[in-house]
Amino acid sequence: MKDVFGLIYTSDESDMRLRDLTRSRSIAAMPIGGRYRVIDVLLSNLVHSGVSNVGLITQRNYHSLMDHLESGKAWDLNRKRDGLFILPPYVTRSSTGSYSGLLDAIRSNLNYVRRASQRYALISGSSTVFNMKFDDMMAQHLATGADITILYNVPADDESNGDADRTHLKMDESGRVVDIEVTPHLNTYPNVSMDVYIMDKALLTYLVEVSAAHYRSDFVRDVLIKQLGELKIYGYKYDGYVSRIDSIASYYKLNMDMLDESIRTPLLYRPNPVYTKVKDEVPARYEAGAKAVNCLVADGCIIEGTVENSVLFRGVRVGKGAVVRNCILMQGVEVQDGAQLSNVISDKDAFIKRDRRIVGQESYPVVIEKNAVI
Amino acid sequence: MGKKCVAMLLAGGQGSRLGVLTRNMAKPAVPFGGKYRIIDFPLSNCSNSNIDVVGVLTQYQPLELNSYIGNGMPWDLDRLTGGVFVLPPYIKGKSGTWYKGTANAIYQNLAFIQQYDPDYVLILSGDHIYKMDYSAMIALHERKHADCTIAVYQVPWNEASRFGIMNTNADGDIVEFEEKPAEPKSNNASMGIYVFNWKDLKQYLIEDEANPESSNDFGKNIIPRMLGEGKHMVAYPFEGYWKDVGTIESLWEANMDLLQSPPAFNLYDSSWRIYARNPTLPPHYIAPSAEVSDSMVTEGCTVAGKVDHSILFSGATVEEGAVVENSVIMNGAHIRKGARIRRAIVAENAVVGCDSVVGGNGRIAVVGQDAVLPEYSVVKPGEQIDAETAAKNAAKAEEDAK
Repeated sequence: MKDVFGLIYTSDESDMRLRDLTRSRSIAAMPIGGRYRVIDVLLSNLVHSGVSNVGLITQRNYHSLMDHLESGKAWDLNRKRDGLFILPPYVTRSSTGSYSGLLDAIRSNLNYVRRASQRYALISGSSTVFNMKFDDMMAQHLATGADITILYNVPADDESNGDADRTHLKMDESGRVVDIEVTPHLNTYPNVSMDVYIMDKALLTYLVEVSAAHYRSDFVRDVLIKQLGELKIYGYKYDGYVSRIDSIASYYKLNMDMLDESIRTPLLYRPNPVYTKVKDEVPARYEAGAKAVNCLVADGCIIEGTVENSVLFRGVRVGKGAVVRNCILMQGVEVQDGAQLSNVISDKDAFIKRDRRIVGQESYPVVIEKNAVI
Repeated sequence: MGKKCVAMLLAGGQGSRLGVLTRNMAKPAVPFGGKYRIIDFPLSNCSNSNIDVVGVLTQYQPLELNSYIGNGMPWDLDRLTGGVFVLPPYIKGKSGTWYKGTANAIYQNLAFIQQYDPDYVLILSGDHIYKMDYSAMIALHERKHADCTIAVYQVPWNEASRFGIMNTNADGDIVEFEEKPAEPKSNNASMGIYVFNWKDLKQYLIEDEANPESSNDFGKNIIPRMLGEGKHMVAYPFEGYWKDVGTIESLWEANMDLLQSPPAFNLYDSSWRIYARNPTLPPHYIAPSAEVSDSMVTEGCTVAGKVDHSILFSGATVEEGAVVENSVIMNGAHIRKGARIRRAIVAENAVVGCDSVVGGNGRIAVVGQDAVLPEYSVVKPGEQIDAETAAKNAAKAEEDAK
């Protein structure tokens, strides 16, 4: 996939649905699986597909993302030619610095698109987590002669339908998209877009400019739906594990799903390992008397108490007699002796003092904000 | 392009006392402490001491070490000027020889050091686990206008006769050097860490090389000669953890030291991080059937069995029903169902078959790199088994079964 460049759009749209967790970061920067961030998976997908030119369109709250990505070294994207380009918003006569949609965002960064030496663009949102190589999707795009190819999957029935818009697709036998509905009342079509599109750069530039001239900003509503007849749009089905982070519940479920080896290994490790920034933490330490069952534990953790069905990020401390059940504890959370947490998502560096009890429900986990002292 | 100090790290030793562990790799490449290798300690010390030119002298089985060091990025040693360089022996003109001794190894790389024309040269070895601020040692060297500064460590008196002992006066100047004295006068053992003034060192090395009698060794030739000529030799007393990991027992012990509470050797110091090349692996997974206590576990491990007072390295797996006690399970090793590992080192990517018994009370048992033990294997305490022997045993067992 040498002739493809990646363009990742980190929107703010769904951010409010994750309450305090996205107050100081975008969904792309959300920590997942004990040591990763959402964006790691996407960047690794692109790198494993042989894409070496990636533009990342950022909006508000992009500090956390930039801090994490640095020069792109960890993803092998600090390259002499191309590499990772972080495209922060800027205010000009024609741009307000805050984008009203994907089209608007790409229009503001058309210079990057024009300068890319690759012929095809792979455009992706940043709140869907899945591990795949795009090679076969690209091959299908070329074979069908499609104008646009959309990646989709068929979500399981029990997948919580967050408040975010979902794009449902109907295809004919050849795979060509014949109808599109955004967040329909009745789920007439089981196929849901994963917000990944492949198209020719020339077409992308044209669509963006025409839409701008007509004051249109929403890619799905203003381009895909309105021009379904004129454009040859095809779907490409993905069969692996997919998580759409659009609610606290789906974020919680993604992390808990990773306790399952059959999900964790293909999603994070084999055959395509997810790359992330290395922090040189010490291996995790289990003291005498520690009890750990069904949990994912990152380096730098020190465990003296009990941990069950939980995901612990780097440097979490669980004191003597403390009990952590069904929790997601981000980097640096300290649970002091005797404290009890169940069904809690705690943001970074929160401090739970001795003998405190915090109890959430599986359907509604309690969220503790960053640096909170309880 | 002058530099203040260039570090030269002697990493060519075979470490034959580590037995099967160093069959395929040099001693400095031997894994340690869950996610490190021995060489991470001097390299991280250099990085943390703001020394940004490091030559690593390799000779024995350099492949593993070469690929591990790479461009030096994990230690922040991929620098614009300087960085880390692997220096194997090479052919010069019509001749070329292996490194004959520690001094000869540096002699063969005089041209490398000359590129940077440093004020000082720091000589290090890749044999020990310790954290040391070399910049403080260099500062002492400067302050005392020394010709040579040698780091010394107070070893227990009863062990002093195993070391090179530095006898000092009240000012901390070295007045006498005794190699493995039967009746030591002090317990200041040389740590094999030296600071020299570059111009002097160069002269000494050239003269030492010209002397056919010399065994071209720092401890045997260069240091005694400098002392004999009345050079100003200074001892830099080091306090803190310093452990030679040159034998199976001491390597096992040093690993176990990390499990003391508080640990005898503190890896958690964020101002003195020990860096390592990290494989990108997910956090480790502790299964519902697992029991883990008093242990260190790192990325990529899967634990379904019982692990007590042990260290599991990156990507190690302990299956359900297996028991690991007082042991060191290195990178990617796989302990199958029902196996019992006690007081043992299981090296990288080794597989211990179902219901095998490795080690026990007594000396440390070792399963070598890539060795695959069939089910019901027994490795007795003190026994070492490498991949070839394991394969032969397995073939023989199969033959017998027929």
